[in-house]
Amino acid sequence: MDKLTQNYNSGVFFDELIDATGKARAPAQQLLEYLDNLPTEELEKRRITAEATVQEMGISFTVYTEEGNIDRAWPFDIVPRTIAAKDWAITAQGLKQRLTTLNRFIDDLYHDQRCIKDGIIPEHIIKDSKNFRPECVGVSPKYGVWAHICGTDLVRDEHGEFFVLEDNLRVPSGVSYMLENRAITKRVLPELFENDEILPVGAYTSDLFDTLAALSPRDIERPEIVVLTPGIYNSAYFEHAFLAQQMGVELVEGSDLFVDEDDCVYMKTIYGPERVDVIYRRIDDLFLDPEAFHPDSVLGVAGLMRAWKAGNVALANAPGAGVADDKVVYAYVPELIRYYLNEEPILKNVETFLCDNEEDREYVLAHLDELVVKPANESGGYGMLVGPHSTKKEQQLFAELIKANPRNYIAQPTLKLSTAPTLIGKGSLEPRHLDLRPFILQSKDTYVTTGGLTRVAMRKGSLVVNSSQGGGSKDTWIVDTKGA
Amino acid sequence: MLSRVAERLYWSARYLERVENTARLVSVYDDLLYDLPQNVVEISWYNLIEINSGVEAFNHRYKVRDERNVVKFLLSDDDNPSSLLSSLTLARENIRTTRDVLPNEMWELVNELDLYAKQNIKQGINRSARHAYLNTIIEGCQKIIGLLAATMDRDAGWQFLILGRYLERVDMNTRILDAATSLMMQAQPGQDMELGQVVWSKVLKSQSAYLSFRRTMRCSIRGAKAVTFLLNDPYFPRSQRYCAEQIKLAAASLPRAGIVIACADKLLEHTRTVEHSSELNTEFSNYLNDIQLDIIALHHQITENWFNFQKGEAA
Repeated sequence: MDKLTQNYNSGVFFDELIDATGKARAPAQQLLEYLDNLPTEELEKRRITAEATVQEMGISFTVYTEEGNIDRAWPFDIVPRTIAAKDWAITAQGLKQRLTTLNRFIDDLYHDQRCIKDGIIPEHIIKDSKNFRPECVGVSPKYGVWAHICGTDLVRDEHGEFFVLEDNLRVPSGVSYMLENRAITKRVLPELFENDEILPVGAYTSDLFDTLAALSPRDIERPEIVVLTPGIYNSAYFEHAFLAQQMGVELVEGSDLFVDEDDCVYMKTIYGPERVDVIYRRIDDLFLDPEAFHPDSVLGVAGLMRAWKAGNVALANAPGAGVADDKVVYAYVPELIRYYLNEEPILKNVETFLCDNEEDREYVLAHLDELVVKPANESGGYGMLVGPHSTKKEQQLFAELIKANPRNYIAQPTLKLSTAPTLIGKGSLEPRHLDLRPFILQSKDTYVTTGGLTRVAMRKGSLVVNSSQGGGSKDTWIVDTKGA
Repeated sequence: MLSRVAERLYWSARYLERVENTARLVSVYDDLLYDLPQNVVEISWYNLIEINSGVEAFNHRYKVRDERNVVKFLLSDDDNPSSLLSSLTLARENIRTTRDVLPNEMWELVNELDLYAKQNIKQGINRSARHAYLNTIIEGCQKIIGLLAATMDRDAGWQFLILGRYLERVDMNTRILDAATSLMMQAQPGQDMELGQVVWSKVLKSQSAYLSFRRTMRCSIRGAKAVTFLLNDPYFPRSQRYCAEQIKLAAASLPRAGIVIACADKLLEHTRTVEHSSELNTEFSNYLNDIQLDIIALHHQITENWFNFQKGEAA
């Protein structure tokens, strides 16, 4: 019988499970041995079980199309991605270092702006940032922390080194899929969980609860925490409901809350109004409060900014935190780490060209066919140019966009993203590119997820992992190989 | 519990009950029309539109008041907000957004029912398969009620489901009694005995009350007895008294219930018996109208008390 991994070859790319000589990497050894001994029929059975489990558990996400919104089942690959625990420990340190810095930076921007005065970051970058909120100047959230929940996208290059691709500090999503991926995998490959080498991921929701509870402005035993969702038609509604349920807190919509004359936030319950202490909001800044931002927003709560500024309610993430997830600011993060912490960055940035900078811009315009160009403030993989996969016409369009608004564009070399074996068709493993989104929590304490959400570009050769654009996902195993 | 969640639960129960009642009503009417003595009275499918306060919407849409149009209007029309399919869609929407407080299987069951109802709607409209179609709908509703009874916590959410279900049920009960009464008043002198037998036994059947009536009342089926049973029987789960008692009980285990309990008490006070079939006249019709007003007031109080919320009345 042919072994499943026999003809597997990831070419020039770093493969997460199998090294260049075709041997299993240490953390993947047991997994691959197991899969190699599984008959094709049995493997197919497991794949079908996974599909059925996704359906049964109702794991879905919403895609917006011209024909309306479609609730799609979560595309899932049953072959887990493995990472050695000792490698992960260093990465996790790097993530903590990074979020600590970003929070110092945000707090600085809304107070003394020392980093600008000391010449670390140019003033106009902040002044022109779409996500800088003058309304937040002078506000001091608890612990000086603004970004409580951060999803950082990591990629591995051809040598297997982790790089930070971007920091998501506004309303990052995906953590529920990380938890569900594990739940599915436990059903599909239960035999592999019999030894304790795969570290558990289940602590996230209780860590999130602790992180949020520590933000309560009132010193009471059971602070009232809520998850604020834009509603059922939001693409991440499944996750909002999941997190609220797992934490045992209310899932509320804007119309469930109001701010009273005492500048406190209340929710409308059958017992009467109940005061709310902490709001984990999954609504963008500008929709939070029609009094302060978009006056026609029906998603938010009138007076919420007033209540927050008065210190009567905590918002996670704090309004204005998004200023640090600008892709231009991103380029300065290594410098900011040195500046605020006096430490060397543990995790590197991907090389980044700022179109705002004349020399960089000239280079970018001359190399549009090689580079990936991204707008500074988009998420979900929208509005990007992937040079090597683009037409001359698209490149021309981007050249014009860049010239018209250089501050809004950055460019990065096309990355040689790492791959992992992915089940494509019956009994056939093929390399597919992937990234990793760990989640970092910070308030009184700092937590990093064990691994994170691995997203896979399911199409051959594709580098786009976003679920809105044909990406899938797989379980992520941090494997403790006991020093191996 | 959030007021919004409570309100959605209340409405999901009302719509689900409406689905079942509509199916029962059409089903029994089918049966009734075949059993009526020939030419005793002008009775038509259109009576069903009057029972359901659908006159304006129906006439807006249809010119011909025939069986097909009436059944289409009651079962499938989008622009009739109370049609079986409209009610089922609304029940499903309300359940979709309250899944976290309901048993897991609830969503699956209501989806199943919704799919069946939509895919097979033609069977409901054409006479030949109508009975089977409506029966499947009724069974689907009962499956959901059974699931809830067996698996749901008796918390505030449960009480709102009870409020919604029994309010809708008592509402339909008065409508059916009213329809039968007005039908009987149209009867020619001398025909009323024969007609009464048919009409009142169908009324009891539409409420699944036929056997229970037989066991409890131990008498032949007469208007006064049937009406008394459907208004005042303390044990039959579709009678006015029973529904009002259930509403009162559910309200009593919810916070700040005083005014709602008072409303339910009023409905109970107004729940009466009928001594003789000759009392089933215009005056009785007016009485049923007053009961409708009591029910509207009760719904209004439930809404104001727990769902609509005045800013500033701090807890």
